[in-house]
Amino acid sequence: MEKLAESIMQDLMAELKLVTKTQELVELKAKYIGKSGRVTELTKNMRDLSPEERKSVGQIANKLKTEATDLIEGREKEMNNALLNEKLQNEVIDISLPSTKIPMGSPNILEKVIEEVEELFMSMGYDVVDGPEVEEDHFNFELLNIPKGHAARDAQDTFYIEGEEILLRSQTSPVQARTMLKGEGKVPIRMICPGKTYRRDDDDATHSHQFMQIEGLLVDKDISLCDLKGTFDVLAKKLFGESCKTRFRPSYYQFTEPSVETDISCFVCQGKGCSLCKNTGWITISGAGMVHPNVLRNCGYDPDVWTGFAFGFGAERCAMLKYGVNDLRVFYNTDLREMKNFDRKEGE
Amino acid sequence: MISMNWVKDYVDLTGEDLKELAVKVTRGGLNVEDVITHHIDHLVVGEVLTCTPHPDSDHLNVCEVNVGEEILQIVCGASNVREGIKVIVALPGAILPGDFEIKKGRIRGVESNGMICAKFELGLEEKTEETYAAGITELGSDAVIGTDPLLYLGLDDTIYDLDYHKRRNNDVYYHIGFAYEVATVLNKRVTLPDSQYKESDDIKDYFSLSVETEKCPFYMAKMVRDVEIGESPDFIKQRLTSAGMRPINNVVDISNYVMLEYGQPMHFFDYDKLGKQVLVRDALDGESIVTLDGKSRDLTSKDIVITDGEKPVCIAGVMGGENTEVDEHTKTILIEAAIFNPVSIRTTAQRLDLRSEASIRYGKGLNYEYTIEAMNRACHLLEKYANGKVVGNHLLHDKVDKKEKIVDFEAKEINKLLGIVISDDEMKRELERLDFAYTYDAGKFHVTIPNRRLDVDPNIHDIAEEIGRFYGYENLVSTLPRVPIRKGEYAPDVKVRKEISKRLRSLGINECKSYTLTSPEMAETFKYDSMESIVLPNPMSIDKSVIRTSILPSLLNTYEYNKARKVSDICIYEIAKTYHKDYTETQKVAILMKGNYITNSWNQTSVKADFYVLRGIVENVLDYLGFKNRYAFEVDKEIKELHPGVSARILLDRKPIGIIGRIHPSLKKDEIYVCEIAINPLMSPVKPIKYKEASKYPEMIKDVAFVVENEITNAQLLEVIKKSGGRLLSEIEIFDIYRDIEAGKKSMAYKLTFKDDTRTLSDDEVMTVFNKIIEDVTSKMNAKLRG
Repeated sequence: MEKLAESIMQDLMAELKLVTKTQELVELKAKYIGKSGRVTELTKNMRDLSPEERKSVGQIANKLKTEATDLIEGREKEMNNALLNEKLQNEVIDISLPSTKIPMGSPNILEKVIEEVEELFMSMGYDVVDGPEVEEDHFNFELLNIPKGHAARDAQDTFYIEGEEILLRSQTSPVQARTMLKGEGKVPIRMICPGKTYRRDDDDATHSHQFMQIEGLLVDKDISLCDLKGTFDVLAKKLFGESCKTRFRPSYYQFTEPSVETDISCFVCQGKGCSLCKNTGWITISGAGMVHPNVLRNCGYDPDVWTGFAFGFGAERCAMLKYGVNDLRVFYNTDLREMKNFDRKEGE
Repeated sequence: MISMNWVKDYVDLTGEDLKELAVKVTRGGLNVEDVITHHIDHLVVGEVLTCTPHPDSDHLNVCEVNVGEEILQIVCGASNVREGIKVIVALPGAILPGDFEIKKGRIRGVESNGMICAKFELGLEEKTEETYAAGITELGSDAVIGTDPLLYLGLDDTIYDLDYHKRRNNDVYYHIGFAYEVATVLNKRVTLPDSQYKESDDIKDYFSLSVETEKCPFYMAKMVRDVEIGESPDFIKQRLTSAGMRPINNVVDISNYVMLEYGQPMHFFDYDKLGKQVLVRDALDGESIVTLDGKSRDLTSKDIVITDGEKPVCIAGVMGGENTEVDEHTKTILIEAAIFNPVSIRTTAQRLDLRSEASIRYGKGLNYEYTIEAMNRACHLLEKYANGKVVGNHLLHDKVDKKEKIVDFEAKEINKLLGIVISDDEMKRELERLDFAYTYDAGKFHVTIPNRRLDVDPNIHDIAEEIGRFYGYENLVSTLPRVPIRKGEYAPDVKVRKEISKRLRSLGINECKSYTLTSPEMAETFKYDSMESIVLPNPMSIDKSVIRTSILPSLLNTYEYNKARKVSDICIYEIAKTYHKDYTETQKVAILMKGNYITNSWNQTSVKADFYVLRGIVENVLDYLGFKNRYAFEVDKEIKELHPGVSARILLDRKPIGIIGRIHPSLKKDEIYVCEIAINPLMSPVKPIKYKEASKYPEMIKDVAFVVENEITNAQLLEVIKKSGGRLLSEIEIFDIYRDIEAGKKSMAYKLTFKDDTRTLSDDEVMTVFNKIIEDVTSKMNAKLRG
């Protein structure tokens, strides 16, 4: 009996070695451990045996079945692995081929700067507001302490549309006036108003008849020039890095009093002097000041109760400094070859 | 241009470093852009001891020049060089204008150890044929050998070039005004110049004045007789030159001198040409005058003129008339010192393109006190330097409002505004420094702002500015406003724009920005909503003369710009405001696509931008904004810039909000797809997001294909299928279109998904619905079931 089992095993091992195809293995499986396979055959006549013999034969047969099954399944696994490997081998790709270009969607550079500023000021509680570009003289000039005939109007060479009443806004300040009027002298205001503005300038590398201004306004109680300085510090650091220093210089604007010009330390030379800052170590960024009492009054805010500051700067100038652009027209031409670099997050 | 030698007359600058002072003045808010000094190192007075012709030249001379410490041999080419004269010598090492360094050398073989100079070679005079011909500059015999010749000539001036601030009034751009600024910076006092003179007789016996316009609030006239026209004294010539004006003769120079001193422009008439009276009035339309420059000028009723009672003799504040010009024969002068309406002067100067030192000053407003001072000063100078005899009394028209500018405040109010702390005593010192008169009583200041400070209004803010700018803004400490914490928000119209913009960028469309002003040709295209454009009455150029009603023409420009630069795949958008004739504003978004949207260069999986890609992008944005199922696309063949077979209106809640389609081949040959949508309708409210559980019950899918006429659209079939499918039909997807399957017919195949979220559907009920769909489509759409 044991001999028989041993010879079956030997036959099985010999045949297994010859198997190369899955189908052959299936057949072999049937031949040995199938219903009428050779291993199963061993136990066929068990009923006729004595209990002792039955036990012994049973043990041998079970052992043989387990061993045969292991052998066949082992071989099966081996063959499957070989097949899979062959398949994988056939599926190797050249990962160095170019990828499918998922389209890029860059912001306009000016919008990128504006969004950065918006994000900062919104985090400080400022709303972002817009107003009409075709504007009334009343909002663009008169409410802002620039009455008809005032010399300050000459400095802002304006595109008039209808007489001296309707114009293309020469600054975004009318949005400030409109916001104050809406507040009816009752609520504090924190807002910025980035937007398009227009002046009669011939377009060249440093001039544009259309440009983006970013203005801001805060009206509340007990606001000081130092608060403006602190706010401007935050802005400068956000746009030009943590090491950026700021400086105020006295200046003159109609809608602010006192007025200041705001400089940032030159980020190229760190204040040592270079061609960008014309060897001064400083770069002028914006104009600002405390809201003129006449403007507050004109817009419904009692200057004895309310104070505030306002500031304004050009998105173009910021973008030029920040990204090293030296021609304003770049922002309005949209050369897609140049835009590629701007579809990404800001670097550190 | 401010001559610091001149300023020294009014404020003590002994021991001041003028470069440092310029920095201090700038810090105070008045930009000194440049400090110009005429000093040149290694320049000395020399005496020509001998002068002999150069052996190898017919015009050069070899001179022995005593320069004090030594005697130098110098070759000189000027025709006026001769023995005994004193001259300006540039020694080796001197650097002349133009970076020209003087070195020891040989000229035609003869040693030369320096250069004998003319003023123009030192940048002190213009180089003209005249000055060139005059040769080297001869100094007086009293010039001391070895000393600085510029000092001798009085040309050792330091000049401040001020950044002429457009916004600041006319209160510092004259020497006395500037002296006050310097005095404040240095905490010193100003002394005004001598204006004394003798008078005899009475002008009223000779002359009368009348003013018949409200645009002349102040007019003063005085008469000076027996003037002798000649050259001005050196100091006047030098100072005018330093300040950028050219000396002419003593009388004209004095009028300019006084203007630069007090900021008050003066006008001198030749009395004998003028007659017996002056009448100031508005000009008449059609009236004209020949001005000093010999040109005839047409006047309008907006101009102010000075007349002799009949004809104009001067355009007030702008330019004098030829008919009353002071010339070398003039004996008697009538001096005008006046104030005119600034707006009127600016308008006239601008219209006639005659902007001058004088008209700019009139145009910024003047202080009447200085008008009077300037008149006296002019009389003083004419008496002293032109031997004039001043006629007594004056003629005066005076309607100036002389209300004093007074502010009452406490120091703490200023402190609060500036965010600084200065005590009452410090405040007093600051006011004294500013030379503002004040009284003080128990913490309250009562300040009278001097009339010379036209730029300071009587309010706390203005006082704070004056205090602040000399206190020094560099001393401000940064603080943040103490205001409640809140989150800033985008205003609704800004928010929707940002949402669309960010979505489009993330979908791979690039943002553009272009100009609002366009050419009439561009403005004529894409007027699909048939609105008229705003045309500027006074444009800078024709190509920027119309305010656009559509962004698409500009996007096509950007397309062309990139195409010319060999960019083949162009997906761009712009969001901008457009305007119509009645000033209504529409915020729009426009998209343009051409070439590949998604590109793979080698495995043919690129996605080309076409109508369906662009519509997919539009739908993606609209779905993102929450408008799923609220929009539709409706064929519109009438948009003339779009391909009639590839164009549609975009509807939201059944109302048109924009257009989409392919650019008409007659407009652009390239296959370009565009759309433009009004943004404001997209601000309408949308439903909040809600979780919806996916169905637990199986769905059943049936495919069906219909053969229909080619003209039948997907939308028409969908409508029928949807209707008869009812609520069990959850999805319809077209998966195949086969055109011209037979003449004029196409096959359209749909995958229909049936589902009920509450139970499993039986085969029978699905088949009932499915058969009904087939029946309805075949009967209503004249379709056949495809076998």
